[in-house]
Amino acid sequence: MQALAIRGLTKTYRNGVVALRGIDLEVAEGDFFALLGPNGAGKTTTIGVVMSLVTKSGGSVSVFGHDIDRELDRAKSCIGLVPQEINFNNFEKVYTIVVNQAGFYGIPRRLARERTERYLRQLQLWDRRHEIARALSGGMKRRLMIARALVHEPRLLILDEPTAGVDIEIRRSMWSFLREINAAGTTIILTTHYLEEAESLCRHIAIIDGGRIIENDSMAAVIRKLHQESFVLNLRHPVTAAPQLPGYAARLTDDHTLEVDVARGQGLNDIFARLTSAGIEVASMRNKVNRLEELFMRLVENRGAAAGGS
Amino acid sequence: MGAAGVPSLARIQWVGFETIVRREFGRIVRIWIQTLVPPAVTATLYFLIFGSLIGRRIGTMGGYDYMQYIAPGLIMMAVITNSYGNVVSSFFGAKFGKHIEELLVAPLPNWLIVLGYVAGGVVRGLLVGVVVTAVALFFTRIPVEHPLLVAGSVLLTAVVFSLGGFFNAIFAKNFDQITWFPTFVLTPLTYLGGVFYSVSLLPDWAERLSYANPILYMVGAFRHGFLGTSDVGLGMAFAIMALAAVVMFAVVVTLMNRGTGIRE
Ligand SMILES: Nc1ncnc2c1ncn2[C@@H]1O[C@H](COP(=O)(O)OP(=O)(O)OP(=O)(O)O)[C@@H](O)[C@H]1O
Ligand SMILES: [Mg+2]
Repeated sequence: MQALAIRGLTKTYRNGVVALRGIDLEVAEGDFFALLGPNGAGKTTTIGVVMSLVTKSGGSVSVFGHDIDRELDRAKSCIGLVPQEINFNNFEKVYTIVVNQAGFYGIPRRLARERTERYLRQLQLWDRRHEIARALSGGMKRRLMIARALVHEPRLLILDEPTAGVDIEIRRSMWSFLREINAAGTTIILTTHYLEEAESLCRHIAIIDGGRIIENDSMAAVIRKLHQESFVLNLRHPVTAAPQLPGYAARLTDDHTLEVDVARGQGLNDIFARLTSAGIEVASMRNKVNRLEELFMRLVENRGAAAGGS
Repeated sequence: MGAAGVPSLARIQWVGFETIVRREFGRIVRIWIQTLVPPAVTATLYFLIFGSLIGRRIGTMGGYDYMQYIAPGLIMMAVITNSYGNVVSSFFGAKFGKHIEELLVAPLPNWLIVLGYVAGGVVRGLLVGVVVTAVALFFTRIPVEHPLLVAGSVLLTAVVFSLGGFFNAIFAKNFDQITWFPTFVLTPLTYLGGVFYSVSLLPDWAERLSYANPILYMVGAFRHGFLGTSDVGLGMAFAIMALAAVVMFAVVVTLMNRGTGIRE
């Protein structure tokens, strides 16, 4: 069963902005799925259509087999949403916000109270339950929205940039929390600008740009498509020019730092042999981080260049 | 989860409705200084000035002590203003603060969301009605000739003006636009709707014009419930109120289904 199936989805806003130009997307039940794209790519619009916060211009969406044109309420029952922007009533108490949301999903009051306690505890907000939401810090507000999205125990959890503005420690704990929920059977879709986040959490990834899906595959396959890696070599002594390394692209970023791009399958011995014979001593080496981010940038740029150049 | 574990939509809808009303009630109580106190203050002033000071010189109106005559009018005026005001500010506030999305993502049909807010407006209208009645009882004795008539007319009026507030909130884009209608239309119509005087005192043309004002019928029916007489026919009054309620409900739900003012 597909948790989410989107076909030919288009959206033109009233002001004429074409936000989606035909999105096709399938997310299997149980998956942990990343939707990645630069600002304005159409991620929030796509989610908005799924949640019926945005009316679509064309195409179809179904959630666990419930088409949103025919069985909207059934479809909505299956989803919990953590929106990109804060959308609770700042003047309501933390507890009230969560327990009422359960009510809006039809959870009877007593069960709603139990669930509210469980999720507020899990998100470390139980101690703040009597405070008005406005008094929470930014990270707590995000966690409040996560608790609110989970209180009806949805089969599909959609998070639109859940860790924006959240510190590293809390982000890590959110990650492990999301992994647990996913392991317990909840399908998760998240959008993020932190590619490290997608890589560490998700099994499948779609990259969206300009309202189109430009890559949609397993995380491993997408990483494999990244046919090169970059290494940063710290040199013991300063050099003035990048050494000759035939077969590799090498550049000096400063006089102690050499960056080398290595194709997949290409060995590193040759590099060290040549550096040794040139009398250059390597003090240390590290893999350049955010490989996926680079891939992502390249995918987006290549498309732009191809479209612009032809 | 098997099919047996899935609650019926009717069950979800009932709990959802209850929760909306509960939240609206919570809002009324939370900001009671804005919701319940001002009507009590205004009512006290009206009774002091129009009832005690001026009323004593006026003598009787429609055969009743002036204070007794205006009491139903003032109660109804408060009900109208407050049921309208509750829904317009709560729903517009929800749009403005984006927490309307909490309802829009939930499995609740639009007609139910409208009903929930209307129920909230009715609760506020009736609460304020009770407050103003209590104030009135400090100043005068109010007979109740036909309790059902009192209940029916106040309930329908509160429904109509709650729907009016909803309609206003759907189209409002800023806070000015939620005060415009109450200030320039609602208040004048209420003042001219027989709250303070019997329209039979007016010149002929003004009396006839007054009968085009729907509020006249609402106040009239309500007063009839207390005093046993009024300027308007009861059948006509209830027909107007019921028709207004049905038409406005249909219009508001249609606008919601179209996404006017709430969906991009
Ligand atoms: N309400 C709106 N009215 C008009 N245009 C809009 C509206 N919301 C979004 N857009 C436009 O639609 C396009 C897609 O926006 P969207 O918010 O879906 O992007 P996004 O991928 O979520 O970006 P971000 O990463 O910045 O959140 C953008 O060009 C945006 O300006
Ligand atoms: Mg977005």
